[in-house]
Amino acid sequence: MSDRVAAPAPGEAERRFGPYGGQYVPETLIPALEQLERAYASAVADRGFQATLDQLLGEYAGRPSKLTDAPNLSKVIGARVVLKREDLNHTGAHKINNALAQALLAKRMGKRRIIAETGAGQHGVATATACARLGLECVVYMGEEDMRRQALNVFRMRLMGGTVIPVTSGTRTLKDATSEAIRDWVGSCDSSHYIIGSVVGPAPYPRMVRDFQAIIGREARAQVLERTGVLPQSVVACVGGGSNAIGIFHAFVGDREVELIGVEAAGKGLHTAEHSASLAAGRPGVLHGALSYLLQDAAGQVHPAHSISAGLDYPGVGPEHAYLHDSGRATYVSCTDSDALDAFAKMSRLEGIIPALETAHAVGWMLANAGRWAPEHVVLLCVSGRGDKDVAQVAQSHTFRS
Amino acid sequence: MLAERFAALRAEGRRALVCYVTAGHPSPVQSEALIRGIAGAGADVIEVGVPFSDPVADGPTIQSSSFAALAAGMTFDGTLALASRARPGVPLVLFTYLNPLLAAGSDALDRARDAGFSGVLVTDLPVGADAERERRISGGPLDFVRLVAPTTPDDRMAIIGRHGSGFVYLISRLGVTGARADVPADVGAAVRRLRSACALPVCVGFGISTPAQAAEVARHADGVVVGSALVQAAGRSVDEAVALVAAMRAAMDRAVAAA
Ligand SMILES: Cc1ncc(COP(=O)(O)O)c(C=O)c1O
Repeated sequence: MSDRVAAPAPGEAERRFGPYGGQYVPETLIPALEQLERAYASAVADRGFQATLDQLLGEYAGRPSKLTDAPNLSKVIGARVVLKREDLNHTGAHKINNALAQALLAKRMGKRRIIAETGAGQHGVATATACARLGLECVVYMGEEDMRRQALNVFRMRLMGGTVIPVTSGTRTLKDATSEAIRDWVGSCDSSHYIIGSVVGPAPYPRMVRDFQAIIGREARAQVLERTGVLPQSVVACVGGGSNAIGIFHAFVGDREVELIGVEAAGKGLHTAEHSASLAAGRPGVLHGALSYLLQDAAGQVHPAHSISAGLDYPGVGPEHAYLHDSGRATYVSCTDSDALDAFAKMSRLEGIIPALETAHAVGWMLANAGRWAPEHVVLLCVSGRGDKDVAQVAQSHTFRS
Repeated sequence: MLAERFAALRAEGRRALVCYVTAGHPSPVQSEALIRGIAGAGADVIEVGVPFSDPVADGPTIQSSSFAALAAGMTFDGTLALASRARPGVPLVLFTYLNPLLAAGSDALDRARDAGFSGVLVTDLPVGADAERERRISGGPLDFVRLVAPTTPDDRMAIIGRHGSGFVYLISRLGVTGARADVPADVGAAVRRLRSACALPVCVGFGISTPAQAAEVARHADGVVVGSALVQAAGRSVDEAVALVAAMRAAMDRAVAAA
């Protein structure tokens, strides 16, 4: 298995996607980001690094992930639905692809303390896992509200030796957990590496995390072609920060006939103030080091996001999605809390696969759009994670009380 | 106007006391009294912070002052209005994160000048991050104050010096803003390193919280910045904040006279 990522040419163009992205950070972090850019460029050019990563992904994380036909969901949708099973990865989501790669990179830079932020806890768990395996210290910032929603993942992180620090400022969710992680890094960047969990943050993170997640789409494209003989009509993924979506999109960007669809969280509805649909309802602004679409008020204060799913509950979105949105290459749609809850149950019933609540947003949009495809069309869905972490939360919601 | 102020101070053999306040803290009304009061107590330059929802370079003290100010309705435009009401008679520096500045529109800095500001400092716009926006700010009516960090290498210090004006703000330690118990031992060396790379006046900040610390830093630098400790004092009362500034002023002047 040789999944080589191209070495990035350094420079300002590499830090942006059209006008989006950049390095809008306190001066203290600039040398750390430049060090990371150099380390990343040298790592991707190094066969030893690639071989170690490939081996970890293969023998430890369980890649390549399966492609599964979903016959019952296909009947409901009216097209052939195939699932890219990132839920089957070790730790239960796509996040492990990035966490293992960045932890290896940290070791290469001689940094033995790892910082991470987490929303749903999946990135925190993936990072704690990678740190346990590679012998690194792990500190995870998590909003108090999310620690309540995702108690199981808090326990998993601690079990593997991670330190989980509750974030009590601001929204007490992913946005403020990310701010706290950045603050930690401003004070520790000489000895710590910050493993960002999505394609957000200052350059080189959006491109680097994309490259580490692009394995999803490379595998899926080959698997779909082999299984069905055609390219998919549509590729569908949920969008929080956007890492599973960009991961599965990337291999298809050059296939102009393939429709790329990102599903944002519409929370209580786009007509309300309580949603996380940055691309649908935000405008460009700067948060956490990058220029991208952002939920904000007229005075440039960031508007708190809302989603039933902790992993989508973020007011920003990765800068490459902003670029794909403006250029029209990808289409961004949304799914409400209640439609996602319905989809969570429906997919569990239909296929015996309990999706993460984040993934359930992508399923919910597909269910709402059943009939838009021809029966012979192939629709590729990224199952970004499994829903075990969400079962307790969903059991408490009205819909499922019996 | 910042250059004139530093030239005058240098001629008098004094060091600048640069004071940070968050606009709208402890309340929009007291904020105005605070700015006038600290100017009267010996502040040479006042940095007025635009509160922001996501201040990633700030520790708990300035974060909570920002959240309180936002809750009280303070905005970018409110900060300008505050400055033009206060008119303290010392140069003002608009201290902001980039997003509220972007949202304020392309004439934001002209309006800031009209409100009485002499300089602008953008926490999350480091040199080279966005050449076009930086050019627009440099070409505007205000001095563009840039930051140098403990992690900044010498060659980058020189570049920062060329892209800034007014003074250069030397962050004395790794980390976010917040009062600390001691001054880093190598602050004198850091100032010397910066001076050999850049001709602008050097003001040192981050963590300076007592008159004794201010006096120690004044021996090395052209100016001393006090932020979190002042915000903390202002949270207790405007009088306490004014008293802290007066005590720092006296300690700095004594230290420099004794040198
Ligand atoms: C299973 C799963 N899917 C999706 C996401 C959203 O992140 P991203 O948009 O970066 O894929 C998360 C984040 O926690 C997640 O855990």
